[in-house]
Amino acid sequence: MIYVEGLRKRYKAKEALRGIDLEVPAGTVCGLLGPNGAGKTTAVRILATLLRPDAGRAEVAGLDVVRDADRLRFRIGLAGQHAAVDELLTGRRNLELFARLYHLSRAGARRRAGELLERFGLAEAGRRPVKEYSGGMRRRLDLAASLIVSPPVLFMDEPTTGLDPRSRMQLWDLLRDLVKEGTTLLLTTQYLDEADQLADQVVVLREGVVAAAGSPAELKRAVGGDRVRVLFREARDVDAGLRVLRATGSPELDGADARQVTVPAADGAQSLVRIAGALDAAGIPVEDLALRRPTLDEVFLRLTA
Amino acid sequence: MTKPSFDTLRWTVLDSLTIAGRTYSRQAAQPGEILAFLVFPVIMTVLFGYVFGSAITLPNGGDYRDYLMPGIFMQVMAMTATAAATAVGEDMARGIIDRFRAQPIARSAVLVGRSVADLSMHLLSLAAMVLAGILLAGWRAHGSLGATAAAFGLLVLFGFAMIWVGTYIGLWVQSGAQADAATFGWLFPMTFLANTFVPIEGLPAWLKPVADWNPMSAVVAATRELFGNPTSVSSAWPLRHPVAASVLWSVAIIVVFVPLSVNRYRSTSR
Repeated sequence: MIYVEGLRKRYKAKEALRGIDLEVPAGTVCGLLGPNGAGKTTAVRILATLLRPDAGRAEVAGLDVVRDADRLRFRIGLAGQHAAVDELLTGRRNLELFARLYHLSRAGARRRAGELLERFGLAEAGRRPVKEYSGGMRRRLDLAASLIVSPPVLFMDEPTTGLDPRSRMQLWDLLRDLVKEGTTLLLTTQYLDEADQLADQVVVLREGVVAAAGSPAELKRAVGGDRVRVLFREARDVDAGLRVLRATGSPELDGADARQVTVPAADGAQSLVRIAGALDAAGIPVEDLALRRPTLDEVFLRLTA
Repeated sequence: MTKPSFDTLRWTVLDSLTIAGRTYSRQAAQPGEILAFLVFPVIMTVLFGYVFGSAITLPNGGDYRDYLMPGIFMQVMAMTATAAATAVGEDMARGIIDRFRAQPIARSAVLVGRSVADLSMHLLSLAAMVLAGILLAGWRAHGSLGATAAAFGLLVLFGFAMIWVGTYIGLWVQSGAQADAATFGWLFPMTFLANTFVPIEGLPAWLKPVADWNPMSAVVAATRELFGNPTSVSSAWPLRHPVAASVLWSVAIIVVFVPLSVNRYRSTSR
């Protein structure tokens, strides 16, 4: 649904994109991850027809983002970093305005605004000016405004930046529903749990190039497998504990706490059970015992360091 | 890119109207602002007409308040640039311009629609100013009906030109506050570096050419002439042919700033 090849873009002094490739199948979610200045926003702006690339090719929904920009604009939705809605107007008036600009009739615009307000839990709020909305409501209205023509492809640039956890989860649910209905979603984010929650495919950008790509699980595996973290109750038990743990793997002392040790867990939860049994049999008291999976944070830090 | 056709033209007009509708909805949502619109003229008239007016005598005779009002009318129309720049700058900062650009909207419609709507709103404040002049300063137009209409026509044309200057500046800034600073800072003083409030004859020799060639002087001189109000005398070409000069200035500004703005709108590359 989204196809990108060798995309380049240079601003005056800085090369924002240095040849990126990307392919997002229909009905899936691609998370574009990267630190500030990695080129995420530039990529989205090119795909959403706001910016012309210097070189390379980008197709969205079978249309070239430069040559077929006019037609493509009927088939994409864009929700940028800000809630791009008019503060002074009511939620309903905002949606009607954007609907009219998609050339819906007056009655059609009114109907579509009503549907979207209902769907995004803004039916009541629709009568109030946006300046009275909470951050989460603004984002939902912004998303609604991007969906007026039910576009098959949706771009979101840092959709949940600045939202409280509840609003964030609400928005994630709304996005999951859209994807279930067949929407292809490309989102940029700095939050790794967001990519983990939503994305089928994660593309990590660094300084304008793709540093890594794959499913969240694949990327985590590349960083390393599961580990068991043991926190002994007493520092004096650590030596005895290490002797027990050597039987199951090669334990490492954790720099953060002298009482803490990590062991690779080749069999996942089974390794945890085995270690718990061995420590218990040896009579060594443990304060905390946990199976730790690598997080996307670790992937991210390793790849973008 | 599709070729311009009747359909494109039709959508340009319809989209412009939709955008203009947004401006009116915004105004209706903040009635307080309209009140400020109407109070400002009263303050200006009293301040300049009576406070400064009591100290200024015209070198060629005539009533100062009669002389003053066309200057204030022009100032109202010049300051449209600040309002336009602030509004466009806010839309840029909020990403609303981006949203419009990602929609299949005729490419000049957003700017054209809002410039026309802005102009119609500023006509309201011009009307308030005229009313204040008549009621508070005893100002009258002494020319024929046609000349009076022509004078207002020049003011409207100049206001439209200044809206496009403001629009262009607004497309370059990152916020409404920046837009305000980037226009008001030079524009407001410039309305004084002219024949707006004081007779040009008394200016020092090094400043006089600036005032002579300030487009605002031409507009003020032209409207004074058409209204039959007292005017300044200068040997500079624009002030000897003020009507022609103000039409030329306004048209030149429009011809330069409309394409610049539309181009900038289409390629904003933040």
